[in-house]
Amino acid sequence: MPAAFILLSVPWMPPDGAQHGPALDRLLGMNLAILFGLFVISQILMAVGILRRKPRKDTAAYRATWSRILTSSLIIAFCALYAWMGVTAQALWEISRLQQAAPTALQVEVVGEQFAWYFRYPGPDNKFGPTRTSLIDAAAGNPLGVVRSDPAGKDDIVSGMLVLPAGQQVDLHLRSLDVIHGFFVPGMRIKLNAVPGQVLHLHFTPQKLGDYPILCSQVCGIGHQRMQTMLRVVTPAHFEQWITERERQQAGATE
Amino acid sequence: MTARFARQSGFVRRHILTAQPRSLGILYLFLGLAAVTVGTLLSLCIRIHRVWPAWPFPLYGTVQPEDYLAMVTMHGTLMIFFVLTIVPQNAFPNLVLPQQIGTTRMALPRLNATSFWLFLVSFLVLLAAFFVPQGAPVSGWTSYPPLSAIPIAGPGQGAGMDCWLAAIALFCLASVLAALNLLATIACKRAPGMRWTRMPLTAWAWLVSSILTIPAYSVLLAACLMLIGDRNFGTHFFIPPGDFVNGQLVGHASGIGPGSPLLWLHLFWFFGHPEVYISILPAMGLTPGIIANFTRRTVHSYRVQMISLLAIGFFGFCVWGHHMFVSGMNPYAGSAFGFVTLAIAVPSSAEVLAWLGTLWPGGMSLKTPLLFILGFLSFFIAGGLSGPVLAQPSLDSYLHNTFFVVGHFHLIMAMAGVFSLFAGIYYWFPLLTGRRMNEALGHIHFWISLVAAYGTFFPMYFTGLAGEPRHYAQLRGPIESFATILPLERGITFSALLLACTQLIFLWNVFRSLFRGEPAAPNCWQATTLEWAPVSFFESRTPVKRGPYEYGPRGELQDYIPQWESVPKQE
Repeated sequence: MPAAFILLSVPWMPPDGAQHGPALDRLLGMNLAILFGLFVISQILMAVGILRRKPRKDTAAYRATWSRILTSSLIIAFCALYAWMGVTAQALWEISRLQQAAPTALQVEVVGEQFAWYFRYPGPDNKFGPTRTSLIDAAAGNPLGVVRSDPAGKDDIVSGMLVLPAGQQVDLHLRSLDVIHGFFVPGMRIKLNAVPGQVLHLHFTPQKLGDYPILCSQVCGIGHQRMQTMLRVVTPAHFEQWITERERQQAGATE
Repeated sequence: MTARFARQSGFVRRHILTAQPRSLGILYLFLGLAAVTVGTLLSLCIRIHRVWPAWPFPLYGTVQPEDYLAMVTMHGTLMIFFVLTIVPQNAFPNLVLPQQIGTTRMALPRLNATSFWLFLVSFLVLLAAFFVPQGAPVSGWTSYPPLSAIPIAGPGQGAGMDCWLAAIALFCLASVLAALNLLATIACKRAPGMRWTRMPLTAWAWLVSSILTIPAYSVLLAACLMLIGDRNFGTHFFIPPGDFVNGQLVGHASGIGPGSPLLWLHLFWFFGHPEVYISILPAMGLTPGIIANFTRRTVHSYRVQMISLLAIGFFGFCVWGHHMFVSGMNPYAGSAFGFVTLAIAVPSSAEVLAWLGTLWPGGMSLKTPLLFILGFLSFFIAGGLSGPVLAQPSLDSYLHNTFFVVGHFHLIMAMAGVFSLFAGIYYWFPLLTGRRMNEALGHIHFWISLVAAYGTFFPMYFTGLAGEPRHYAQLRGPIESFATILPLERGITFSALLLACTQLIFLWNVFRSLFRGEPAAPNCWQATTLEWAPVSFFESRTPVKRGPYEYGPRGELQDYIPQWESVPKQE
């Protein structure tokens, strides 16, 4: 029965490419279907009230008793509905936010600044090097101020586009240089703010190949609307090729 | 000459420099009207710019991104503070609250008058933000730091932001003073026999919202002062160490005073969520009375509704974190806030069921005040039902800061709120002026507004599901999927224009009815609550002997017994 409504609501949503996505879409569709049904019923009740010019001929006592029984049983039904919502949503929240990322997850740092996203891969040593604000110089190719003289920072790769292999979990380290930004990938059904002074973790598994827009969802200044980039999900083989190429470039640049 | 001066000063003293609650109420209505006019014009500019971005505004020129964000910020601030707070929480109680509890005076009349003048100064300071160098702030009505804490973070974040903060700090002070007066009045000024359980639900609603106002606005005042400190006096409450804005290091170099932007979010939403209830509780108090009056049926579940108001007020302080699911707050806190938010849906649902239960048997007299209460109820349901979706942290992770949320709060707070304000004005107009407003114009105003408001805000649910984020002046960039929602965007803009134009019918109706309206009999709605009592009742201090909503056939002659009638109940 609610399937029809779910189908109605889903085409409005951008293509869903994450492993946790279909479950979330199903739950959202189910919620919307139930609540839309309640909306329609309540509006019909009001319309009936308006159209019925002569009141129902019930005695006041009859009405009081029935309304009490009806109201209390409906309130119990609503309690059950809200409890169901809380529990089912908690199950998804548990997977996406309460559980830690798998130790094998690909580590990528996401940095927001007015008005761009940067993505840092740790390089062959699998370690992020330190950063220093005094070294920040986008024109010279170091927008994040990575300390290139440090052995851990020497091989870090900084990219303006997020490239990820399909089927592997990724652990994002979110931070911001200046003001609060919102890291939002509609196609992956994920959103988390990038807060200056904090490093926040967000993990997910991209599943379907393709390009997905990355937006800023928290107003951050005049360039907020153009703070957009792309997530490109590629096959593991392609990803290996891409990252090796970037590592080679980086090694050439530091030497 | 002297006589004319005396007459003029008489007018000024009676209606402007006054401590008379009813005159203050009228002044508050004018302040609200000024704010809603500016706020609506801003929203029309916003909608027009979204659909025709290249079109230059007459006398202004092309709209830049900073102009767009400034308009959004000022629209939100004006509407939430100066319309949806001032009118239900200050104008209406000044007009009728003392009478409803059987008195003609406030407990603290001078304090009450002072808060009006503070509100007025706050309004002027806020509007001044448009005229300072670089214009109004761009950080939205929530003003998240560091964007709001660092003047070089964007245009408007300098002098404009200072105006905003000063205005809001003044507003907080005025709100707390006004709420103290309302609390003192309800506690001490009730007529003999006006027990707690004989108070109209409007008085209960104002009681609860005043109790909410004092802590909520005190916390916002503190937060504003802290942010003013960060901007001007070198404190770092909200600026983290090493913060690097616009090519400059603005945070301390290292660990001294580890400020956190999240502190502002907590303080702001600790105010911001109760604020939603401060603006909608008066409507929830007004609804049962108007339904009872126009269906001539008593309010069966008076106690349930009274307890629901109290429960909503209490839970209102426990749910602020549901604005922060994706803010970086501990995800376990997200779970807790999610469950409490679903719990607050229970008393709201109980209220709605109680109202629907009184309405659906029918036989109501469809006068304009009732129509607008039905509209309030319709929007309250349409906006309220999306609340439980947003209360689930996992679903909100997708919907947060999309137009789904914009649609949600515009339906439940803005439209439901404004429709209840219209209901109140249509209902109390005869009490204040001795004339009725025109019914035909009222019906036209209602039906067009209803359709246009749904046309404006309901499609936002769909654009939000498509992922459309807030605060985007234009939908450009790599996101091609947004092309599908452009027709909806255009429809929203046309509906918004229609909605705004329809309000001219209302203004014309008010203006015309002031001078030419059909003269109204005393207590023309045959209401039971005490604001409709004759003057002699207030002079005689007769004890109140009955509840506020005694409707229903009780004899041959009349189907209601007003609260001021002292004849014993015929059972």
